[in-house]
Amino acid sequence: MEIVYAAAIGVLAGSGVWLLLRPRTFQVLMGLTLLSYATNLFIFGMGRLKVDRAPIITANGAVDPALYADPVPQALVLTAIVIGFAATALLLVLILALRALTGTDHVDGREERS
Amino acid sequence: MNALLEHLVALPIVVPLLTGAVLLLLTESQRIARSTLAFTSVILQLAVAVVLLYLTSDAAPFIWGNGIGVYTLGGWPAPFGIVLVADRLSAVMLTLEAVLSLAVLAYSVARWDRPGQPFHSLLQFLMMGLNGAFLTGDLFNLFVFVEILLAASYGLMLRYAGATRVGMGLHYLVVNILASVLFLVGVAMIYGVAGTLNMADLARRFTTLAPDARTLFDTGAAILGVAFLIKAGSWPLNLWLPGTYSMSVAPVGAAFALMTKVGVYALLRVGTLMSEDEAAASMLGVMMFYFGIATLLAATVGMLAAHHLGRFVSYSVTASTGILLAALGLGIEALTTPVLFYLIVSSLTTGVFFMLSGMAERTRSVPSLAAPTEAPEPLSPFHLAFGVRAPDPHSTDDDIGVAIPRAIAFLGLVFVSCVLLVTGLPPMPGFIAKFALLSTAIDTAPPVGLAAAAWTLAAAMLLNGFAGVVALTRLGIRLFWSVSARTTPRLRVAEAAPVAFLVLLCIVLGTASSPVMRYLEHAATSLHEPQDYIRTVLGDEAAP
Repeated sequence: MEIVYAAAIGVLAGSGVWLLLRPRTFQVLMGLTLLSYATNLFIFGMGRLKVDRAPIITANGAVDPALYADPVPQALVLTAIVIGFAATALLLVLILALRALTGTDHVDGREERS
Repeated sequence: MNALLEHLVALPIVVPLLTGAVLLLLTESQRIARSTLAFTSVILQLAVAVVLLYLTSDAAPFIWGNGIGVYTLGGWPAPFGIVLVADRLSAVMLTLEAVLSLAVLAYSVARWDRPGQPFHSLLQFLMMGLNGAFLTGDLFNLFVFVEILLAASYGLMLRYAGATRVGMGLHYLVVNILASVLFLVGVAMIYGVAGTLNMADLARRFTTLAPDARTLFDTGAAILGVAFLIKAGSWPLNLWLPGTYSMSVAPVGAAFALMTKVGVYALLRVGTLMSEDEAAASMLGVMMFYFGIATLLAATVGMLAAHHLGRFVSYSVTASTGILLAALGLGIEALTTPVLFYLIVSSLTTGVFFMLSGMAERTRSVPSLAAPTEAPEPLSPFHLAFGVRAPDPHSTDDDIGVAIPRAIAFLGLVFVSCVLLVTGLPPMPGFIAKFALLSTAIDTAPPVGLAAAAWTLAAAMLLNGFAGVVALTRLGIRLFWSVSARTTPRLRVAEAAPVAFLVLLCIVLGTASSPVMRYLEHAATSLHEPQDYIRTVLGDEAAP
């Protein structure tokens, strides 16, 4: 499971970086989105991958923490998703505004001279 | 009183949050109420910051044993709950930020806060993010507060439309989202290895990690360091900064003057807490030194090339980052005091200089030179969001309030003060800061075998100062002496007063530098002896 998970993060991050280096604003947007997906998965993975484990300890008294999933990374991921989502939304508005103001979707606001 | 004292540390975050939210509800027509509320909030924050300065100093040893105030949010003890920590460095940064924001607010009320977007709310949220970043004792909360201040800064930077500004804003946003991604990856790696994000707990735990875990921890810390360097505007990662800052309107640029310092603050805070291991610390130090020197040299070139006062000031922001990084990178503990003093002076200086550039641009009679050239924009739905145009620098129709006499003389005086401050020439504290920095570096470096590095830093700083004089002379001649193309701007008291106030504050800092230096020295000592910090945050019984 770890191999598949790590490979998925790697593919997402790699595609994200490649798209981020492209000249079109929409590609940059998609690149950042993929990168933040990869990051979110990475944060989640840092709590160790466990199947069928609840993150909340309900039993009273002494319990074995190995039977439970780490809740902290899950909380971190939730925060990171919200923040990333807000930033992406703002970026989308900016991209549309730049497109309307300059008539091109190049990240510099003008086409490269060839 | 006691209850207030207990919650004092949380006030710098709660006050701007509530004020910013209430300000959103007030409409355009309630300008007086809005300004009053905003001023009340900033003055309250300044008061809290000053009280914190007092409480963390030696003058009040009975309240917080060793001058470190810890606030546990929700009452959970430290490694499990989230803590806010006020120590001397935090108190200094909070005060600096409140002073600067007060000046920015006063300046903006004169003309810049008028139309459109919720300027006042955004400024409050920016302050909230800065305050939180300076107070938090937890790496993930540092991330959250940095995001809050960035979100506010996006809004502030994008005030007023214009293709160039939106384009610059796009670059700014993309670079900072990328920095946030790196930040998160670093934080997650550190959590995955050490199992905690509380800075004090981390400082205690990272020395006991197994070697392979330690490698991962160092990698995470390095990624985190890159994120901090992007925020600080270090050289290969700061190409977005001059464009973004110079494209922001004057008061916003001044408010941004402290934003790069957050990166430096984070490097200093995390760096000193994690410096138990000599080898790792010195390696980080060496890299920071080289990056700092590179930043400084790149900024020098940029300063010489700048044709526009706003652009020059943006480069001077990166120059000060370069000096701070290089000086911290030397890894000499005695240098921390002058570094902190220089940090204060350079923040105030860039703040004044941004405000001045906003006023000085109005002396140009050709608007196309003053404002970035903007073709008439096609009408589009986005004008609803971005459609507010910058006030015409030469229009007088909204000139209310009392104009000050002899505007050009005033501008010239402030300009000369700024030149002296930025380049570090004698009567101003810029000189004291740079002199203290260099003399400490050159005195203490040779015994530890850093003589060459110290002299390199000295040469780079002097070169930068010289380039600053040359570039500013040229800009000054163009702004004030080439009479053919000049109009005398109308400056209102509300604009001139904060600028004069900041310049006077700098002069006071210069003449009364010894108590400030003493306080900063205590701050530096407690930074380099993190045991007190760790013990206080985690509670005494948790100490090993």
